Amino acid sequence: MDVVQLQRQLVDYRASLYHEAFLDEQFTQLQELQDENNPDFVVEVVSLFFEDSERLLNELTKALEQQSIDFKRLDAHVHQLKGSSSSIGAQRVQKVCIAFRNDCEEQNVEGCLKCLQQVKHEYSLVKTKLETMFKLEQQILAAGGSVPM
Amino acid sequence: MATAAAVLPSGSQDLHVLAVDDSHVDRKVIENLLKISSCKVTAVESGTRALQYLGLDGEKGSLGINDLKVNLIMTDYSMPGMTGYELLKKIKQSSAFREIPVVIMSSENILTRVDRCLEEGAEEFLVKPVKLSDVKRLKDIIMRGETEENGGSRVNKRKLEDDGHPPLSSSSLSSSSAPSSPSSPLSPPPSTSTSTVAPFACDLGTTELPTSPLRSSKRSKLCNSD
Repeated sequence: MDVVQLQRQLVDYRASLYHEAFLDEQFTQLQELQDENNPDFVVEVVSLFFEDSERLLNELTKALEQQSIDFKRLDAHVHQLKGSSSSIGAQRVQKVCIAFRNDCEEQNVEGCLKCLQQVKHEYSLVKTKLETMFKLEQQILAAGGSVPM
Repeated sequence: MATAAAVLPSGSQDLHVLAVDDSHVDRKVIENLLKISSCKVTAVESGTRALQYLGLDGEKGSLGINDLKVNLIMTDYSMPGMTGYELLKKIKQSSAFREIPVVIMSSENILTRVDRCLEEGAEEFLVKPVKLSDVKRLKDIIMRGETEENGGSRVNKRKLEDDGHPPLSSSSLSSSSAPSSPSSPLSPPPSTSTSTVAPFACDLGTTELPTSPLRSSKRSKLCNSD
């Protein structure tokens, strides 16, 4: 596939991510923070997000497996996940976190379990999408093209 | 007693910002926001580390050397251990650092929280995610040594749009003469003074140090003795 086709593919792919609310304008903000002094900024921040999220999802799973659930702790973790997903523009993940926090507040175990499932699902979706997007960008660069902004 | 000369960078130096946030992601983002805005950044993960850096933890820190001077502190509100609010209090209680403007960042737009921070002397309360425009505006304000002569009712807070809740308040600032109203619209107040939002034109080469100390949004806490 030639560079122009790849670039077009990337632009379309990105547009679909926004359209389907996987990403929101905060992600665009991040792209604006990338320049020649920080050429890998977006990939770096997103990688931190992946690390953080995976750790938090593990904590959440463990917390919900306890005999006696510590809802405050649970809420603290969800709050963190909500924060970092908001900071990178992972809108769908963020939205589930909002619902999740409500369930924590109400100490609704079933609700929390459902939310955990949902947030894991949304997280894995956005992770796959972002990785696909980065791969496309790499392909463009490898083909000698520049990544359209 | 520290004077304003200790707070603003001289001549051609960049603003040095101390950023405090327990989230890796947010630290990285704020770091870049600041770098892109031509600021020097020191990012730490907790209030305790911040105090250590400033030398306020009881041990003599390295601050005293001009180029390490901190011109602005931006801290997250919700952090384990010491919250941003507690950090703010400690800084404002310190004679060496109380003049440094402190900005609180939070993902939660809670009026009582905002008011409490401003009461304690915070310069601003920013709702996360922090945007480039927020940083640019902050830098402008600080570089110009802007004070609250303009009626003290500059609107600082942005609406929280992602929770689906209506904004609790669009004003994070109450002057010492009038309490902020929870229903005030997000627009500059109809004051007779000049606009508080100057066009962004930070020319470090011609910036002069103001002769009066920087003030936080709430005057009541600071004494204007010089």
